[in-house]
Amino acid sequence: MKKEINIKWDRKDLLGLEDLTKEEIKLILDTAESFKEISARKIKKVPALMGKTIANLFFEPSTRTRISFELAEKRLSADVVNFSASTSSLSKGETLIDTAKNIEAMKIDCVVIRHSSSGASYMLSKKLNASVINAGDGTHEHPTQALLDMFTIRGKKGRLEGLKVAIIGDIRHSRVARSNIWGMMKMGMDVRVCGPKTLLPVDIEKMGVQVFYNIEQAVKNVDVIMALRIQKERQGQSYFPSIREYSKLYGITSERLKYAKGNVLIMHPGPMNRGVEIMPEVADGPYSVILDQVTNGLAVRMAVLYLVTGSKNEGGTSV
Amino acid sequence: MKLLIKNGRVIDPSQHINEKTDILIENNKICKLGKNIRETGCEAFNAKDMIVSPGFIDMHAHLREPGREDAETIATGTASAAKGGFTSVCCMPNTEPAIDNQSIVKFILEKAKKEGKVNVFPIGAITKARKGAELAEIGDMKNAGIVAVSDDGNWVENSALMRRALEYSEMFNIPVISHCEDRTLSGKGVMNESYISTVLGLEGIPSESEEIAVSRDISLAKMLNTRIHIAHVSSEGTVALIKEAKTCNIKVSCEVIPNHFTLTEEVVNGYDTNTKVNPPLRGNDDIQAIKNGLADGTIDVIATDHAPHTITEKEYEYDNAPFGIVGFETAIGLALTELVHSGFLSLSQLIEKLSCNPAKILGFETKGTLKIGADADITIIDENKEWIVDVNKFLSKSKNSPYHNRKLKGKVVATIVNGKIIYKD
Repeated sequence: MKKEINIKWDRKDLLGLEDLTKEEIKLILDTAESFKEISARKIKKVPALMGKTIANLFFEPSTRTRISFELAEKRLSADVVNFSASTSSLSKGETLIDTAKNIEAMKIDCVVIRHSSSGASYMLSKKLNASVINAGDGTHEHPTQALLDMFTIRGKKGRLEGLKVAIIGDIRHSRVARSNIWGMMKMGMDVRVCGPKTLLPVDIEKMGVQVFYNIEQAVKNVDVIMALRIQKERQGQSYFPSIREYSKLYGITSERLKYAKGNVLIMHPGPMNRGVEIMPEVADGPYSVILDQVTNGLAVRMAVLYLVTGSKNEGGTSV
Repeated sequence: MKLLIKNGRVIDPSQHINEKTDILIENNKICKLGKNIRETGCEAFNAKDMIVSPGFIDMHAHLREPGREDAETIATGTASAAKGGFTSVCCMPNTEPAIDNQSIVKFILEKAKKEGKVNVFPIGAITKARKGAELAEIGDMKNAGIVAVSDDGNWVENSALMRRALEYSEMFNIPVISHCEDRTLSGKGVMNESYISTVLGLEGIPSESEEIAVSRDISLAKMLNTRIHIAHVSSEGTVALIKEAKTCNIKVSCEVIPNHFTLTEEVVNGYDTNTKVNPPLRGNDDIQAIKNGLADGTIDVIATDHAPHTITEKEYEYDNAPFGIVGFETAIGLALTELVHSGFLSLSQLIEKLSCNPAKILGFETKGTLKIGADADITIIDENKEWIVDVNKFLSKSKNSPYHNRKLKGKVVATIVNGKIIYKD
């Protein structure tokens, strides 16, 4: 593939979708289109980030996001170092800032960070000259997930503008929901959120979404249903009485799909609790694009890494 | 040892004085007030174009000693207080160990006598180790020198225990200061609960967690006909509750911290941990209600809640960083800028809230006034001096302030404690 990408990206970091413009989001999605094909080649590697060093700092357990980023980096020929710690930096007696300064001292070009505290990537970006990509910070944002979700929808539907999406579940604790709301609103989608009132954060409607407590109403005539993972420990915190009751009220069943449009897309950011927030027959059914999301995640992350890390000095690079 | 303060505008609400007059200090006491006092053989301070006020009394501060001398000590904390115009400081008992017995009280007083720049008055814990389970030895601590009790940072959740605390403290005529926060509602919150906390993905602390606690404390004060002092009011609802209680003649008093009439929760955007404070910064309506409450007398006192934390602690993530803002050196500038120059309070009202009212609540008969015979604690300010806050110039050991680079109008020019000029700008 030899395709000129007209670069209009001038940000050091990707911290969230709240700050991005519609044009910037479109640029990432368009860039991802050209990267998608690489993963289908026999030799799945291009030299776009040759000589760049990227550190993946995962302060919170993650399997698919970490692997997705690492694969994306390797397919762009970057040198990759991984740092995983299941505990926050605090418990090791080192602050995040210390960790960041150490990384900086190793002359790294880009840091991909996953952290359990909201704002961690933001704090890091202010202290580092290197680029920072937020791979999920607390309950704040998870921009690459939302980008790959929108990329998947656009791929299947041919557009984003005017589509109706219902995000179902624990909105309160979901960075995926927040990033998707920002992104989808900017792209002209009609966004609904639905879940028990206990799991909807205060004033969420001010973000521009419609709020539903009833799932049948929420999914009525929607083009996309996105189920969020429900964390089982929330049960003990009285957000809902039991997983059983949650599933009865908010689980995505094939029965409930009938309220949506006939060609509805079923999405889930993973990992799924089969039989809780989503029934196996739905997750594996004809409307599900859950594995497409994973595949597309790679292309979207390649695009983000390329734009953030690779495009600053050289304009109009071909890939 | 004599000191003559000449040509200043003396504002002493305790005597309804607001005029250009001189003050003569002799033997650490106010000796004479009058126009054109002529006195030979004494040190003179020319206070021309300046305001001369009874010394400011901060009834809510953290000096961190014993236990956290890396963040502040009695020496550095009182130097910072002096620079901020405070001649007396009441230190909260959340030290390590807590001020919950007479030996810690004596330790602090001894240290303050040796190293302190200003008067230091310890506040004892209500309960042992501030755990909210058993009363601390309040009588013993009172004899050793405490001026109030508080479980600072912790609300005494057990209502029966709080009842006993109010009854018991009344015998010693010391106020009970309550940090009102229903932890079951504020939970793991780190900022005000609102649209902004939703967007930032930070756990919220609703105003109601304060108001529920304030309601109970007012009910107990009413039931027992005892005094209660509500610390750091932050919300519109709390102001309304206290206002109503006062109209019912319930013996409630309260204080506000400059943070809560200056900054809104908007400043948490960007995750600057120097904006993390408990109670949290709230909305514009709350600020307005607090300013109105100050003007109409609902809010009696302005205190600092000076809460030093090391740079390292504040470099943790927003969730993990400690609550608190240093306050001594910015309080007067903020109060003058936000309250006096913006027309909410007269200078005389401001001085009441910084000096006379805290003295009354704490039972200081010879402080908070410039009456003849009173302690010669005096704060001299230039209400119009413009300056820019620079945390690197703080005398406090800690720099955790969200006001760095903020332009303020009004500054302390001299602080006099026990007849001695201990700070001069």
